[in-house]
Amino acid sequence: MDFGAINPVVLIASLMVASTPILLAAIGELVVEKSGVLNLGVEGMMITGAICGFAIAVETGSPALGFLAAMLGGAVLSLVFGVLTQVLMSNQVATGLALTLFGLGLSALIGQGYVGIKPPATDRLDLGPLSEIPVLGRILFSHDLIVYLSLALVAGVWAFLRYTRAGLILRAVGENHDAAHALGYHVVRIRLAAIAFGGACAGLGGAYLSLVRVPQWTEGMTAGAGWIALAIVVFASWRAGRVLLGAYLFGGVAVLQLNLQAAGLAVPVELLSASPYLVTILVLVIMSADRGRAAVAAPASLGRVFHAST
Amino acid sequence: MTSLLTVEGLTKAYPGVVANDRVSFDIAEGEVHALLGENGAGKSTLVKMIYGLVQPDAGRMTLRGAPYAPPEPSAARAAGVAMVFQHFSLFDALDVAENIALGMETPPPMRRLAARIREVSETYGLPLNPDRLVGDLSAGERQRVEIIRCLLQDPRLLIMDEPTSVLTPQEVDILFATLRKLAAEGTAILYISHKLEEIRTLCDRATILRLGKVVDSCNPREKTAAELAEMMVGAKLTAPARGGGTPGDVVLEVSGLSLPSSTPFGTSLRDISFTVRAGEILGIGGVAGNGQDELLAALSGEAQVAPDAVNLKGQPIGALGPSPRRRIAVLAAPEERLGHAAAPDMSLTENALLTAAIREGLAARGFLKWPAARAFAEKVIEAFDVRTPGPGNAARSLSGGNLQKFVIGREVLQRPEVLVVNQPTWGVDASAAASIRQALLDLAQSGTAVIVISQDLDELMEISDRFAALNEGRLSPPRPAQGLTLEEIGLMMGGAHDMEVAHVAE
Repeated sequence: MDFGAINPVVLIASLMVASTPILLAAIGELVVEKSGVLNLGVEGMMITGAICGFAIAVETGSPALGFLAAMLGGAVLSLVFGVLTQVLMSNQVATGLALTLFGLGLSALIGQGYVGIKPPATDRLDLGPLSEIPVLGRILFSHDLIVYLSLALVAGVWAFLRYTRAGLILRAVGENHDAAHALGYHVVRIRLAAIAFGGACAGLGGAYLSLVRVPQWTEGMTAGAGWIALAIVVFASWRAGRVLLGAYLFGGVAVLQLNLQAAGLAVPVELLSASPYLVTILVLVIMSADRGRAAVAAPASLGRVFHAST
Repeated sequence: MTSLLTVEGLTKAYPGVVANDRVSFDIAEGEVHALLGENGAGKSTLVKMIYGLVQPDAGRMTLRGAPYAPPEPSAARAAGVAMVFQHFSLFDALDVAENIALGMETPPPMRRLAARIREVSETYGLPLNPDRLVGDLSAGERQRVEIIRCLLQDPRLLIMDEPTSVLTPQEVDILFATLRKLAAEGTAILYISHKLEEIRTLCDRATILRLGKVVDSCNPREKTAAELAEMMVGAKLTAPARGGGTPGDVVLEVSGLSLPSSTPFGTSLRDISFTVRAGEILGIGGVAGNGQDELLAALSGEAQVAPDAVNLKGQPIGALGPSPRRRIAVLAAPEERLGHAAAPDMSLTENALLTAAIREGLAARGFLKWPAARAFAEKVIEAFDVRTPGPGNAARSLSGGNLQKFVIGREVLQRPEVLVVNQPTWGVDASAAASIRQALLDLAQSGTAVIVISQDLDELMEISDRFAALNEGRLSPPRPAQGLTLEEIGLMMGGAHDMEVAHVAE
């Protein structure tokens, strides 16, 4: 065994990269669920974003355009779900599952001509002297724009939900859609906007996988990241800060176990591979152990069909 | 007095029913105007049109001389119309200030709003802490949140939809003092209720709706409650007759019953003790949300408690589930007709099977006996005058009163030793309510121990032999119902909590 090969600085820097796709998808889903909608199609939206971003980046040579296309692709796909569940009032669970299957199939179809191609590289953000700082510079100031954008999104979502009137209305719609309707808020419109935001975030997360983290296109490459994002939202008790913690924990353990496998730790590989899932769920379950408060955090109208009967 | 709001020929039709048919009336400034009618008479539709939630098919409204047709509630609020809802308008997981901000057009920053809430709530004698979660508040306090939300907007017209259904008599007095103060300041109040005595004490004028039409208007102070009721129903009502009889032996004994709440905003039952004798009706009153649902669950077996907390003729039954309790003739009819007492999309025959299979022998070796089940459903329909084409109809298709008669009748015909009912006449028209009450009285007469949980105090006074009140999960000691004054009942229900009379500083 050779633990000396594991460099903690590189480890932390790479865990941020590894966590970003899940963090993006989870923070988007947080907003969707806070508005009272359960969209189980995160996995499908992520992989659709992954292929949309990959294809456009390859065709145009610009990763930035690729990321934009990924957000658009994720948002368009999520609006299919939005129209079905909000306007046509279909069942959210069944529609979300269908969206995942649809997204996986659609991305495989689009991606047929893109297997084995290398995408244009995404530049690191040039922060000049900041990235020269020893240790801190490597950990904090040597990433690409999307990593910083994902962190800004977490802070933005937190502040939006806590301090703005629009955020209050969004929470109110998720808490009791009948009351929000009685007060004259447009429940369906607000939810559609939240669903589109969630789709764009998931799409961006997927593109980060195919353009930066891997970077290439393979069928089914999200490999369950969308489901992990969904689980993190629930176990984080619908709080932005805890979503960040959950995503980084998952990414961190995932990177660490790869390093441990490389170092030849005498633990079965299967157990190591499962460890990110186990550790993340365990930690978040313990944190949300106060069941009363956790139940308060859950949006009370989550997953319920809204019908303006008046 | 000048007219504030004039309504002319307002019509609104839904598929299969005309909810409002050319309704016309007017409200003067500073007037307290009652809207009277049974459930389904069209009161809610009418006020929803005034508040902009529903658009009328025909007719027009005039507010202070100008045409008034709010496309949505925010337009109504901007025009000075505010509304206190019967239910559906508070957010449990948000705090008081956030709830109030959601009901305002341009709320001030949160800190200023909190100060304003304290100030206005003290002025009107309705103290409120803006930082508390609404889910933790009592029913009376939630009502205050709704009222303060309206008052902060200085409304010209305040619509109140059944505001007193969840208050103790003392709280009602304080609410009325607040409303009179508002009216004296020039605010008009449109007051919806079916509590006739309240309307007689508070309102200057009443408009009576029946089946979507204005049938009459009057000065309620010049009428008796019975006359008002007849105007509402359009027929003579007979009060239930109670037979005199002495109660027999103790059938059900509850001692030291405690049950922690299963939901974050539920009520825990705390050390409840009482006895019920054969042939006796025990009435349990209390403001909604003080443990009524939990008590019914503990008595019906839906929630299991310590075995000796509930005893039937000396036998501990606290740990038995609903089916074993049915087998020994302990039956229950819960509050929510659609979804708890009956499965909405199943037929009446199937609904009869669901609770009567054991006692009426409607199933054998796991197979259903359809002919017997249909016969039993038909027996209930016949005996309780349930208006429906037949037992094959879905429960959902029945009107509230008819379904409630079916739900109660289904239990009554199973010859219970103990029957527990929660809100037996909630949202039921007056004639159906009278026949349900009569059925409960007759059942007690035949020797059953009956427990009636209700928020309708008039109902409890009419049928119960003894009365007790639930307050925050505790039960007051039962007292003989005859001779209890409204004042005493109010104190048993927890009095005015911490409300105080409005500081009428002119």
